[in-house]
Amino acid sequence: MSRTPLDTVEHAAGTPDVELPWAELGLKKDEYERVVEILGRRPTGAELAMYSVMWSEHCSYKSSKVHLRQFGEKAPESDAMLVGIGENAGVVDVGQGYAVTFKVESHNHPSYVEPYQGAATGVGGIVRDIIAMGARPVAVVDPLRFGAADHPDTKRVLPGVVAGIGGYGNCLGLPNIGGEVVFDACYQGNPLVNAGAIGVMRHEDIHLAKASGAGNKVILYGARTGGDGIGGASILASETFDDAKPSKRPAVQVGDPFQEKLLIECTLEAFREKLVVGIQDLGAAGLSCATSELASNGSGGMRVTLDDVPLRDSTLSPEEILMSESQERMCAVVEPGKVDRFLEICEKWDVIATVIGEVTDGDRLEIYWHGGKIVDVDPRTVAHDGPVYERPYARPDWQDALQADDANKLPRPQTSEELRDQVLKLVGSPNQASKQWITQQYDHFVQGNTVLAQPEDSGMIRIDEETGLGVAIATDGNGRYAKLDPYTGAQLALAEAYRNVATTGAKPLAVSDCLNFGSPEDPAVMWQFAEAVRGLADGCLQLGTPVTGGNVSLYNQTGEAAIHPTPVVAVLGVIDDVARRTPVAFQEEGQLLYLLGDTREEFGGSAWSQVVHDHLGGLPPAVDLERERLLGEILISASRDGMIDSAHDLSDGGLVQAVVESALLGGKGARLVVPDGLDAFTFLFSESAGRAVVAVPRSEELRFTDMCGVRGLPATRIGVVDGDTVELQGEFTLTLAELRETHEATIPALLA
Amino acid sequence: MTARIGVVTFPGSLDDRDSRRAIRLAGAEPVALWHKDKDLHQVDAVVLCGGFSYGDYLRAGAIARFSPVMDTVIEQAKAGLPVLGICNGFQILTEAHLLPGGMLGNDHLHFICRDQKLRVENADTAWTGDYTAGQEISIPLKNMDGRYVADRRTLDELEAEGRVAFRYVTDGEAADGYGNPNGSLNDIAGITNAAGNVVGLMPHPEHAVEPLIGTGRTDGLPFFTSILKKLVNA
Repeated sequence: MSRTPLDTVEHAAGTPDVELPWAELGLKKDEYERVVEILGRRPTGAELAMYSVMWSEHCSYKSSKVHLRQFGEKAPESDAMLVGIGENAGVVDVGQGYAVTFKVESHNHPSYVEPYQGAATGVGGIVRDIIAMGARPVAVVDPLRFGAADHPDTKRVLPGVVAGIGGYGNCLGLPNIGGEVVFDACYQGNPLVNAGAIGVMRHEDIHLAKASGAGNKVILYGARTGGDGIGGASILASETFDDAKPSKRPAVQVGDPFQEKLLIECTLEAFREKLVVGIQDLGAAGLSCATSELASNGSGGMRVTLDDVPLRDSTLSPEEILMSESQERMCAVVEPGKVDRFLEICEKWDVIATVIGEVTDGDRLEIYWHGGKIVDVDPRTVAHDGPVYERPYARPDWQDALQADDANKLPRPQTSEELRDQVLKLVGSPNQASKQWITQQYDHFVQGNTVLAQPEDSGMIRIDEETGLGVAIATDGNGRYAKLDPYTGAQLALAEAYRNVATTGAKPLAVSDCLNFGSPEDPAVMWQFAEAVRGLADGCLQLGTPVTGGNVSLYNQTGEAAIHPTPVVAVLGVIDDVARRTPVAFQEEGQLLYLLGDTREEFGGSAWSQVVHDHLGGLPPAVDLERERLLGEILISASRDGMIDSAHDLSDGGLVQAVVESALLGGKGARLVVPDGLDAFTFLFSESAGRAVVAVPRSEELRFTDMCGVRGLPATRIGVVDGDTVELQGEFTLTLAELRETHEATIPALLA
Repeated sequence: MTARIGVVTFPGSLDDRDSRRAIRLAGAEPVALWHKDKDLHQVDAVVLCGGFSYGDYLRAGAIARFSPVMDTVIEQAKAGLPVLGICNGFQILTEAHLLPGGMLGNDHLHFICRDQKLRVENADTAWTGDYTAGQEISIPLKNMDGRYVADRRTLDELEAEGRVAFRYVTDGEAADGYGNPNGSLNDIAGITNAAGNVVGLMPHPEHAVEPLIGTGRTDGLPFFTSILKKLVNA
């Protein structure tokens, strides 16, 4: 045993020349010097641990902050917003006294290192963010991106990620209602595992992460603190993978969903009895984050005795305890008179709960260990005053050449036979194929309120059994579009998620995002990021849907190769009565198919260009957000007035993909006719935005087309729901059986 | 008059609220029971719902079986109290030896969640009176350890005595929910005890009770109306 003296504040002041491992903990030299300047002395080991994790890219947003400000500056006026950016998750008013909180986060790096635990703890983390707002979690969604579908490593990563999401979410009793699965070689080595969650509460139940009221107790409850995940998110997610460095495995956290389920129930019971003044979950940066954020958001200071933290491993040093990212822990601030009742509820649920400190009337965060003061800081300097970088950015020199490589000039099918073959190739390609093998590993029935789940355009959950009030959520992103033009690509992601929500009949209200990019130290990546944020902020302003919060994941690159810029956008909508939701599946033969919106020759970044030509070039489809809004209004009105029985948005894969999906889900075919002014190829494969296909009962045709006419939305009759084939008149016929086999066999063949 | 039907919440139970909703929709009075409480509060029947009681640690249902509430459930079930075990509840019933056999991991080693076709084989139990024998129903299935196994003699006994209550229907397209989803022996989805008061099955009737929700079918509601009728007419 070494006999190093405890590095207390006093000791640090007296030993200015002691060398600390700031570089190993990820701090840059000027950042370390800034810490010394703030404290007026060298930091103690414990203080250094706290600053290093809290000032990491993952926790401090130091590279992205200057751009993210736009989400606030350009926020549209919205009555719906109850809690905005900066809290654990944003909160939106959905009417009837209900509020909904939702957020999307990334767990990309851990999921590559250890797919099962990485993905599982991603679900756990986002769900704790939701509980910390005072809400009962009601659903999760998982937008996922992997390397090439046939790459051997994808077979390692994907099944583990899917099993991890299922293993954790299923055990929590949260229906998984949406998300995406996308394959692209650019995500090889950097899979994107984003996780979203929605929670519901009454307005009066909203809770915030702040420690107020001197004398109030700070209670740590949930799992014991262990050595797992020390510096996990903060170190893993803040550096580029590099083969030369040792394995990061010990930095990945290990989850226990059973413990989290108890944490949910016990937290909600404490909320119901109004026992909680402020609350914070322990995620990235663990206790360092929870104590500094609670203290800096409240009115006073905080004193914590680290010896009281229940440990799984008694050999942990105070620095390790502060940095540990052990899962399933929460921190609550409770008035002294209510502490006993709070502890009783924890005991009822067999959850360990310990008073570890109290709120003081000072303005310092003080942490003690073995009687010595090892941390004495202004909590704001840890939690909020981290470094801010104006990283240089520049439009990459290859961007012009990429955009000039026009996908519209690629060879197109010349015969009906070729057209038919390409349709089959498209609907059977990994990105367009059925993801049922994946989604059936997730429970989508639990809680008994699931109205729609994948593969519907958006997931929908009933939140009031009496009135039928419900919420819908869709997540979308298209890295190929964003690579061609990040500004437009981000807006296309927003437009698609917005459209997906409206297609099911819900009114889009608010946005959360997960911005996945390469290294911010590369000016080209930084330009992509800046453009995407600008595009998204402008788009949200125009559509009137504020960004309520989100997450940035940088350093998604291996060596020089960054992923496609991939902003993933989640749109939350509300529907006054879920009984009028519009499903994707064709419902009844004889109904008329209408194509809404304008179809142009737009193939840049398209699924067709990828599947048939393995090509990425040109410009992405043009965005017209006013058109998106109009289309949304028509889809919502049509749902409200019973004018349509099914609807499907058009996005990657174009019209043919949408029609095939609606046909297979409904078990009913379609006869299609190429409308005047379009050729068959463009009709089938174009990815023009702002479009949807709807099935209109014959009795409603006039009313529906009148409505579109009056509002100025192009509505073109393109066919009828009929039979057991998908037929394009004069071109080809495909039986549903053949389409089903092609569409459903791909993923199991690659991964099962 | 109506009947009081209890639903036990263990730590890790997930479908307790759903089961109470199904009971209410059927017209009975749901009563929440707590795993640490031996008292069944004069309920007329008990539902052991789905979930991961005690985290499924050791083995699904293995710990729940020893909880205080189960002492009473086991004792009263033997005396005729109607008990329905759904999914994890079925696993608990086999661990408690109220039903024979047990559940292993699915043969494909994955969690599976889908709408599942079942055939009602026995419509004479306390929980199946509103079905007709031979009727095909679709209700959601969702589990990791759903593969029913028992030794040959037990299987023969179950078959001979008509105690296979539900069987997976295999003669149709998988896309429509046909087929044995997990390798269960004899395609067994659910069984009953000899008296017909204790029934367990892996699929989830409580998730198929409202036309708008889940699969949009209400094929599971007769479980709850069956028991209500039986109790009210008793």
